[in-house]
Amino acid sequence: MKFFIKIVKDFPAYLWSGWGAIASILLFIAAWDVGNQVYGNLVLPSPLETFQTLTLMLGDPEVIDEIKVTLYRASVGFGISLLLGTTLGLLAGFFATASMMSRPIVTILVGMPPIAWIVLAMIWFGMGDTTVIFTVIVASFPIVFVGALQGTRTLDGDLKEMADSFNLPWHMKFFDIYFPHIFSYVFPAWVSGLGMAWKIVVMAELLATSNGVGASLAVARSQLDTATALALVTIMIGSLMFIEYIILEPIKREVELWRA
Amino acid sequence: MESLKVNKLNHHFGFTEILKDINFTLNKGEVLSIVGPSGGGKTTLLRLCADILDVQEGSVTNSFVNKSFAFQDARLLPWKNVIDNISLGLLAKGEKKPIAIKKAQEIALKFGLEEEDFDKFPKDLSGGMRQRVSFARALVVNPDLLFLDEPFSALDIGLKQELQTHLIELISKKDVSILFITHDIMEAIRLSDKILLLEADPGHIVKEYVIDIPQNQRDDKFVYEETAKFLQDETIIKTFELQVGIN
Repeated sequence: MKFFIKIVKDFPAYLWSGWGAIASILLFIAAWDVGNQVYGNLVLPSPLETFQTLTLMLGDPEVIDEIKVTLYRASVGFGISLLLGTTLGLLAGFFATASMMSRPIVTILVGMPPIAWIVLAMIWFGMGDTTVIFTVIVASFPIVFVGALQGTRTLDGDLKEMADSFNLPWHMKFFDIYFPHIFSYVFPAWVSGLGMAWKIVVMAELLATSNGVGASLAVARSQLDTATALALVTIMIGSLMFIEYIILEPIKREVELWRA
Repeated sequence: MESLKVNKLNHHFGFTEILKDINFTLNKGEVLSIVGPSGGGKTTLLRLCADILDVQEGSVTNSFVNKSFAFQDARLLPWKNVIDNISLGLLAKGEKKPIAIKKAQEIALKFGLEEEDFDKFPKDLSGGMRQRVSFARALVVNPDLLFLDEPFSALDIGLKQELQTHLIELISKKDVSILFITHDIMEAIRLSDKILLLEADPGHIVKEYVIDIPQNQRDDKFVYEETAKFLQDETIIKTFELQVGIN
């Protein structure tokens, strides 16, 4: 609770530090507008037109439903790979053999292109939720798994010895010695896993479902409605930026205050 | 009376013999130093005594209840501030948090830390400050047996002297027994009642020296003269492979 209050207290200062980021985003939008003036509306609609479309879409309950569907798939998929990846990664990290054996498997999982998973999933599960969720899981699982594995593998033997010399009881060993170290590896892995899940969900939807943001993107493509396509992209990027910079980053800062 | 008894202790890492037939007793209120060249098995011996490492052959019998350990490097928890690091040992013994924090603050001030340092993380402390914290952590639990693994070796002479003065104060009150590992003969002479010389490959004790004068009556002159005498001792010359005539 104390921790949570501290995050909220430091939040305005954190937001204030974001002016640089905002300036850089505005610069990007300016470049986008230049692109529009050079290539015309069909190829690249202006930011203004895109944001107008976006406002219209956000007022439309049907669009909101599509976003909810995508959100549901991404959350379920990411949630499962978070639980599975963290648990298995921690377990594998505690056993030298398991971590040695899991490395090549992780390489296979990471190296396998998500598009190939989508094709396989469509064959196995048909078109629909399961295919999308499955693809999200296999894409973000290895990232979380590796984070948890690294966290346990890199535990400091010297600190363990110190803990033994003070006869720390098991709960103190866990919360004071192991947990902070492991968390400092697992948490960033969760953040990148989430980013991956967010990207993959749209791609899987575009190919394998008839609803969700990805499917809307497919419709926009077939109608050459570039403004809608860009508005959908903006929704995805905007929501990811919100989750990452407004929710996760402040937590990460507090948690990792001790880092050099 | 409490004591630490080491009896016929042997130790191997794989096929390498590290320690061979180690025997000694550390009684309450005594300071026992084990001196020897680096890589001679001193740290292994200390770990066996402190029950951090499992004894393979022979026995270590420890009847001291309250032990603590100061390492060569500070080994602070990087995610805890100064006070939380110091109070770690107290909390492990089941002390209530507010009391532990109060005790930690008191000892921190005594060890030359300032109030503004209390909330700092180890990354913001200098090497000397970290070692002060590490010492405070080891001593805040009021140990009756203290294991010291060359804790002074990386410190400047000023801080070294300061921390040693704290120890000598405790020693002269007979509050604490110390098992002290070092390769610095002068340190050993300043602090110990008894010095054991450990020769390497495999580590075995070759000689025992007793210093009768109480620690708080040993002045610099005494320490320098004794050190000079030690350095001419045949056994020491052989153990440390000193090149006679060069120094």
